[in-house]
Amino acid sequence: MTDPFVHVESVEKRWNGQLGVEDISLSIPRGSFVALLGPSGCGKSTTLRLLAGLEVPDSGRIIIGGRDVTASPAAERGLSMVFQSYALFPHLDVAENVLFGLKVRRVPRAEQREKLAQALEMTGLTGLEKRKPGQISGGQRQRVALARAIVAGHPLCLMDEPLSNLDAKLRHSVRRDIKKLQRDLGMTVIYVTHDQTEAMSMADMVVLMKDGRIEQFGRPVDLYETPASIFVAEFVGSPPMALVESGVMPAELERSDKQVVYGIRPEHLDLAEPGAGLLQAVITHCEYMGSETFLSFEVPGTSGLTVRLPGEVRRSVGEAAGLTFDRANLHVFDKNTGYRLPR
Amino acid sequence: MNDLARYERRRRIMYGWMLLSPALILLSLFAFIPSAMTFWSSLFSRGTRRNPSEFVGAGNYDLLFADPTFAKVVVNNLIYAGVTIPVSIIIALAMALWANSKIPARGFVRTAYFTPTILPMIAAANIWLFFYTPGLGVLDQIGALFGFASVNWLGRPETALWAVIIVTIWKEAGFFMIFYLAALQTIPPDLKEAADIEGASRWTYTRRIVLPLLMPTTIFVAVNALINSVKLIDHLFILTKGGPSDASKLVLYYIWELAFSYFDRPQAAALTVMVLAVLGVTAAIKFIILDRRTHYQ
Repeated sequence: MTDPFVHVESVEKRWNGQLGVEDISLSIPRGSFVALLGPSGCGKSTTLRLLAGLEVPDSGRIIIGGRDVTASPAAERGLSMVFQSYALFPHLDVAENVLFGLKVRRVPRAEQREKLAQALEMTGLTGLEKRKPGQISGGQRQRVALARAIVAGHPLCLMDEPLSNLDAKLRHSVRRDIKKLQRDLGMTVIYVTHDQTEAMSMADMVVLMKDGRIEQFGRPVDLYETPASIFVAEFVGSPPMALVESGVMPAELERSDKQVVYGIRPEHLDLAEPGAGLLQAVITHCEYMGSETFLSFEVPGTSGLTVRLPGEVRRSVGEAAGLTFDRANLHVFDKNTGYRLPR
Repeated sequence: MNDLARYERRRRIMYGWMLLSPALILLSLFAFIPSAMTFWSSLFSRGTRRNPSEFVGAGNYDLLFADPTFAKVVVNNLIYAGVTIPVSIIIALAMALWANSKIPARGFVRTAYFTPTILPMIAAANIWLFFYTPGLGVLDQIGALFGFASVNWLGRPETALWAVIIVTIWKEAGFFMIFYLAALQTIPPDLKEAADIEGASRWTYTRRIVLPLLMPTTIFVAVNALINSVKLIDHLFILTKGGPSDASKLVLYYIWELAFSYFDRPQAAALTVMVLAVLGVTAAIKFIILDRRTHYQ
C-alpha cells in the first residue's frame, strides 16, 4: 500500500457546534472498493460529502491522487457521484442525463457519442437513450445514475446508498453489476451503506462509523473475526454476535483482572443436553430459514444468544437446553470502554 | 347479471353528471350564456327612440374597425401586454431565485416582495399617484434633488402609458414570484449537487436545469399575465382615466366607456366578443405549443 490514492487526515466537520464527523483519517489505495458502514446519523454520508466537495471540512486535509483538494470545488476533484435519489434531471432523456457532464465540459461531439455508447452498453441501457427518467423503471434509473458516473472515466466514484431504493431481489443483482463495473474499469469506489451485508459482500475495506467517528477500518474479515469493539461486534454479522456479561460464564472461563463482556458468534455456539454444556438456557425463538434453523436462547445477563443448526430442527419454545462453545472462539471486550481486549 | 351491469353503467353516468353539474351550472350562468348573449347583441344596432334596434350582422364590427380610437386602444394594449408580460415574469423569476437562495432575512425579503400583491389595485394606484404627481410627487422630489425639471408623468401622452405599465409590473411581479418560489422549492437540492460535481456553473445549472423545470410555472404565469394585461384596468380609473388623448387607454377601459359613458351597448358587445376571441385563441396556442415542449413532473 504505497502512496494511497485517497488520503484523509483528521478531518472534522461541525454544524452550529453539533457534531458531524470528528477525527476521520483514512488511506484508500487506488482501485479498491471501500464501504462506509454505520447506522443512520453516524456521519458516513457526511464523510462522503466531504470527500465529494459538497461540504468543506472545519479542519483536516483531504488528498486525492496526490493533490490536496481540501478547499477545491467538487468539479475539480476528478470524481463522480451516485446519489441515493439518483438525482437524475427529470426533463432530460437518458442520453442527455449521462452526457450532462461531458457537455458542460465541452467534450467534442464525436467523443461524447462514443463514450455514451460505451457507458450505456456497460450498464445495459442501450436502446433507452430517448426515454425520460419518469418513463423507466427504478432499476433502470439506478443504472442511468451509474452510467452518468462512469461516462467521464473519473478514477474515483462516490456512491451514497445507491441501492436503498431498489427491491431486495434487484439489489442483489445490481450489487454484482456494480462490483463488476468497478473491477473492469479499475475505479476506486467509496460506497456508503447502512446494510452490513452490502458492505461485507462488496467491499475490499470497510470503514465502520459510529457517532461521527471511525470505529474500525479494515477488511471485512477483520471486522467479522476481530471486531474492535462491542459496537462492531453487534453491527456486523447476521444474526449478530451474542454478548455475555461476566459473572454468567463458568468460573474457569472468567477473567478477574477487569470488568469484561464476552462475545460469541452463533456459528461457534453448539447445543448440548440440558444440564450439560457451559451455559444453561431456555429456547425463546425457533426460526426456520430453509437451509438452516436459528434457535434463540434466554439466559439472564446475556443478549442475542443464537445457535444456527443445519436443516430443520424441531424444538419447542420454552424447552431447556445446554450451550457449549470453544474457549478459543470467545471475544473479550472491556465493559467500560467497549473496546476489544486480548484474550 | 347483464341487468346489473347496465344498472351499474347507468349509475356511473349519473354519478359523472352529478360531479359535473356544479361547475357546469355556474359556468353556464356566469360565463357561457353571457358570452353567447353578448355575441348575439353585438349583431344588432343600437336602438334609439326613432330607430328601433335591428339586425345588422357584422355592422358593429365594421364600425369598430373604422374607429380611430379602437386602433389606438388596440396598439396601446399590445404595447401594454408586450411589456408587462415579459418584464413582470423576468423580474418575478429573478426575485424568486434570489429569495430562494440562502440570504439573510429571507422571510423579510419574501414578504416585502409580496406586499404589492395584497394591496387592492385601487390602493396601489393611489400610492403611485402620490409618486407621479408633478411637483409634489416622490419622483419629482427626487428629480429636483438632482436638478431635473418637473415631469408630469401621467399627464403627458409620451409617458402616461409607461407610467401605467410600471404600476402593473410592480403589482404583478410579487404575485408571480410566489408561484416561482413554490416551484423552486419542489426542485430537489441534490440536482444542484449533481450538477456541481459535473462542473456546471451556476448559470449553466439555471439555464439547463432550473428554467426547464420551471416551464410549467412559466406557462401558468404567462397565461395569467396575459389575462391580467386585458383584465387589470382598475388603476386607469385612478391614474389617467385613459388619457391624455387616449394615450393610456386600454381595450377593457374602452369597452367600459362605450357601454357606460356613451351607452353604445352593441359596440361594447362587439369589442368584447373580439377580445374573447383573441384571448381564447392565444391561450389555446400557448397551451398546445408550449405544453408539448414542457416537462411536467
